[in-house]
Amino acid sequence: MSVRNTLRALPALTRIGFAEAVAYRAEMLIWVLSTTMPLVMLALWTTVAREAPVGGFGQADFVAYFLSNFIVRQLTGSWAAWEMNFEIRNGTLSMRLLRPIEPVFSYAVENLTALPMRIVVAVPVAAVMLWAVGTSHLPRDPLIWVLIVVATFSAWLTTFLLNIAIGCLSFFMESSLKVMEIYFVVFMVFSGYLVPVKLFPSVLRNVVEVLPFRFQIGFPVELMINAHGRAEALMLLGRQWLYIGVLAVLSYVLWRRGLKRFAAYGG
Amino acid sequence: MLRYLRLLSIQMRASALLALQYRYDFLIDGVITSLYPITAVVPLFVVFQDRTQVAGWTLPEMLVLIGWFTLLEAIIEGAISPSLMSVVEHIRKGTLDFVLLKPADAQFLVSTARFQPTRITNGFLALGVIAYAFSRMGRAPAPLHVATALLLLVTATVLLYSLWILTISAAFYVVKVDNLAHLFSSLFDAARWPISVFRGVVRFIFVFVIPLALMTTYPSLAMLGKLSGGVLVLSVAGALVFATVARLIWLRSISRYTSASS
Repeated sequence: MSVRNTLRALPALTRIGFAEAVAYRAEMLIWVLSTTMPLVMLALWTTVAREAPVGGFGQADFVAYFLSNFIVRQLTGSWAAWEMNFEIRNGTLSMRLLRPIEPVFSYAVENLTALPMRIVVAVPVAAVMLWAVGTSHLPRDPLIWVLIVVATFSAWLTTFLLNIAIGCLSFFMESSLKVMEIYFVVFMVFSGYLVPVKLFPSVLRNVVEVLPFRFQIGFPVELMINAHGRAEALMLLGRQWLYIGVLAVLSYVLWRRGLKRFAAYGG
Repeated sequence: MLRYLRLLSIQMRASALLALQYRYDFLIDGVITSLYPITAVVPLFVVFQDRTQVAGWTLPEMLVLIGWFTLLEAIIEGAISPSLMSVVEHIRKGTLDFVLLKPADAQFLVSTARFQPTRITNGFLALGVIAYAFSRMGRAPAPLHVATALLLLVTATVLLYSLWILTISAAFYVVKVDNLAHLFSSLFDAARWPISVFRGVVRFIFVFVIPLALMTTYPSLAMLGKLSGGVLVLSVAGALVFATVARLIWLRSISRYTSASS
């Protein structure tokens, strides 16, 4: 499983992943449409802001926040934990292990190749956003624009590594899907997916600061609505990568340890 | 009629036994599903930090609504969707034959095939939330208002069931609808806010096309004693029409069923 082998397989893997995304396009469209939560939250928050602004957020700010939220969620989604659970339980993981490519890498490529289709969905939403709130919310600083791209990719990486770590847990227990459900609730509350973290009361705010979830949604979204200056944005990016480092080590250890326990049943 | 009641109890017993087979799973599942209402409550507490009313609703009133939302979600996931999802599987594999051959109404059989008893914890949780909301208001709901709310609960269940039957009927035409079911439950997430939060076209859709307003807003209003009689009558009538249409479409769709293999 050398790095060279993996890199050589990259074009083929990309083609396969993309073909799969195109083949199941109707299914993917429905998955995309079912990301209604940011829009449901948008309805609540704009109603609230219509009566009086909340913590510096007016109606237009909420529209920008939650539509960016929708876009980030589309681009950073990962479902590796579900796939791993399925493959570990019914033994098909052995097919992946047989290939001369690092399996975690193949999960990553499968995730990323769905991106073009997801961008197709995200672009119209971005257009609606621009039309609805105008361009005054957008960051002027080119460095912030670069950081948006980096932060969004890093948000995906954070989500992906968390998925791998939780997926690996199913080496140790029958199924880690329950863990995934708990994760999802905590993620929704503390990531800025439901409420901009800025609006949390200070107690909850402190909890948010020590958890990695904000870097999965909140951070790129805040950059998109120009909520951070250069220095602050770079500092947050540093913290995001700190979490990525920790999660990478964690999922690596879990993968190595778990794999020793793996036994495929049947042919 | 008596025969169908007996059939129902048999089907329910089978589901309960199936769920109890994995005892720990049963317990853990109950605990985990009761975490979901947190996602509805946390934003509310943030919103009500510095104000007393949103869209004409106070915090305790909103909590009553969240209670109804949780209760209906428990009904969907506990009694409606498990059975109807298995229909999709039947249609794809062609095993619906075995259901159709049985000497009872096919819609009844498929609709009662599977229950998810763990969701009952969410039902209790919902009642807890409603009780807490009323204790914050410092009063108990009037008996008449509770009765109206219960009537609307039946209406809402009928509506939800009919919507599911309509979704499942699509399986006879396009086969793969488990994703559609997922789409439906994400749409239902919008029912966690009162209908006055939505405006324009979206509001029209949530009142008349996918009647989410009838499912959570009106029962809560009824319980709070704020629902007008006219809306009540129209809601019940609307649900009856919806159910009849769903039944007719189901009968039409099932006549198109052609077994898979052989």
